[in-house]
Amino acid sequence: MSVLTDMATALASGAVRVVDLTHRLDPDFPVIVLPPEFGQCARFRMEEVSAYDHRGPAWKWHNLTLNEHTGTHFDAPVHWISGRDVPNGAVDEIAPENFIGPVVVIDCSQGAAENEDFELTPAVIEAWEAEHGTIPEGAWVLMRTDWSKREPIDYLNMREDGPHSPGPTPEAIQALLARGIRGFGTETVGTDAGQGAHYTPPYPAHYFLHGAGRFGLQCLANLDQLPPTGALLIAAPLKIKGGTGSPLRVLALVPGDRS
Amino acid sequence: MSTPLEAPKKKDPQKRSTVPTLPPLGRSRAALGLTVAAAEGRFALQHCAECGTVQYPPRDACGHCLSCDLVWRDTETGGVVIAETRIHASPDPYFRERLPWRMGTVKLDAGPIALAHLHGDVARGDRVRLALHLDKAAQGVIVALPVERTDAMEDDPLMRSLTAHPRHRRVLITDARAPVTLPLIQALQKAGAAHVFVGEAESWRRWPGRDAIAALENVSIMPLDVTDADSLQSLAGEIGGKTDILVNTARFVRPGGVLGSDTVFARDEMEVNVLGLMRLAQAFGPSMAARTADGANSAAAFVNILSAHALSPDPAFGAFAASQAAARSLSQTLRAEFHQSGLRMMNVYVGPIDDEWHQPLPPPKVAPQALARSIVEGLVEGREEVFCGDVARDLAERWRHDPGILERELTGGGA
Repeated sequence: MSVLTDMATALASGAVRVVDLTHRLDPDFPVIVLPPEFGQCARFRMEEVSAYDHRGPAWKWHNLTLNEHTGTHFDAPVHWISGRDVPNGAVDEIAPENFIGPVVVIDCSQGAAENEDFELTPAVIEAWEAEHGTIPEGAWVLMRTDWSKREPIDYLNMREDGPHSPGPTPEAIQALLARGIRGFGTETVGTDAGQGAHYTPPYPAHYFLHGAGRFGLQCLANLDQLPPTGALLIAAPLKIKGGTGSPLRVLALVPGDRS
Repeated sequence: MSTPLEAPKKKDPQKRSTVPTLPPLGRSRAALGLTVAAAEGRFALQHCAECGTVQYPPRDACGHCLSCDLVWRDTETGGVVIAETRIHASPDPYFRERLPWRMGTVKLDAGPIALAHLHGDVARGDRVRLALHLDKAAQGVIVALPVERTDAMEDDPLMRSLTAHPRHRRVLITDARAPVTLPLIQALQKAGAAHVFVGEAESWRRWPGRDAIAALENVSIMPLDVTDADSLQSLAGEIGGKTDILVNTARFVRPGGVLGSDTVFARDEMEVNVLGLMRLAQAFGPSMAARTADGANSAAAFVNILSAHALSPDPAFGAFAASQAAARSLSQTLRAEFHQSGLRMMNVYVGPIDDEWHQPLPPPKVAPQALARSIVEGLVEGREEVFCGDVARDLAERWRHDPGILERELTGGGA
């Protein structure tokens, strides 16, 4: 297994660098907001159980409250109605080899800076492929928008007609699925655009990805530190029984300065 | 007229803050009827059911006919001051700080003669209006007030010690998004509040109405989320020492009974309405309780808004009503815990509010403006139990009369 030995050496030498693509779990980090008559995504909360005091003299620990979809998180196929009958569609059933794989990054940051409802279209994908080659089968595709750098109030970007943030069109998601991708990830609160409810079908990324047994990643950060191709993504959700998703630490291995 | 209270100067940081003292606490069980009436702002005395005698002080039996059948009943408030005593020396720490203290003997129109605290604008021989107020020890005491309103009468030192008047005080309202918040800010400012802090949860969510609040003078929007102990600790660290009145407007409500409802919503109702109250009290209570004698802007009241269905549930809002009953119970424990400090725990009971969650309900519904008025009125009058609107008053009256019958009525047992 010299590959792994080489990898360990590369990590130690800085030839391979680890990039953290995860936001901090913080009570103030935005979560998706639905019309109030629907059930809501729990905010992240920490409750101190003890802190080296009368409640536990030598230790400090917290109880956590959160949703499977709070913070940087993984969407499993059973999250969406289209994926409810997908075999092994819950986080505890997905084979672990799915959690490590190649990743490509489509840079939409310029378009998103100019238009908060920027759409990832088949044309954008084709233009990217013309420069970087065909998206390989089994790859994660991440949509970089630099949305993670926004102020909290501009993150959901909620207005009276709903949230405004970039995302893929139904055709774009179908085009990615035709290439056999592993999953799709974004910097925004969901894999779909803020106005994704108005596409046909509504929320096309969720609908098509999960219907095809593919995965979603959202609330990613630091995508600007990833190369368009050639990085490796590690995204292993917690093994929650029947879980539809999971907060997780998303790491990317990228070529380092000393490579 | 009373001397208008001037805005307090900045405190001398080298002086120790005045430690709160309390007037005498001990009361007989019979006398607690005065406290109950005072908390609600009623003037009630014992009436003998057999001979009709109205008696004071309260006793276990009628002083005229020895009947034990005594009923607390709202009583005529008129009287005449027949004697006045000015006390110049007292061994009691509370009164020593406030000497000379004026007491009067008042002949009530209803019959008995009572010893009353005298308002500064009242003298021997005057016709007076009698009222029951809670003193700093949260005991009901009789106060003789001028029949007609006099200038700045609420600034009289006696009244200042018996009420939680917003004048010159700094108020924290916990939820900026609550419909009652804007009218409440306006009502508090009209009553003379010095500054209003308004808590905003989830500042990452835009909401209509924020600009209207942010534009007001002497109003600051502060980050506060009653479900997040950390945010409360941070804010209490910042303004806990200058929060004189706290009004908890945070509320989570969803319609639905118990069988068909959702424990996720019920958990939010408990998180906000019950544990939120507990977290708020833990974060702000101790610093408020320590400052109840801190000059003209001393800490005065912790206000909680409850649905009147805290007393008996409306099955159409089953889990919400459970949260309100739990919050009421917590508030009663808090009242006991604040007791030693003189900090008042004021519950404002309200019927259905005219808001998004009570859309299908027919009138009467309480307008947010009316709720705001009731809250400020309760503070000005120094009450601890306030009933806002006809529905809340009626429910409370029926509950007092017979909780069992009220339950059956509300749950469909009555025709």
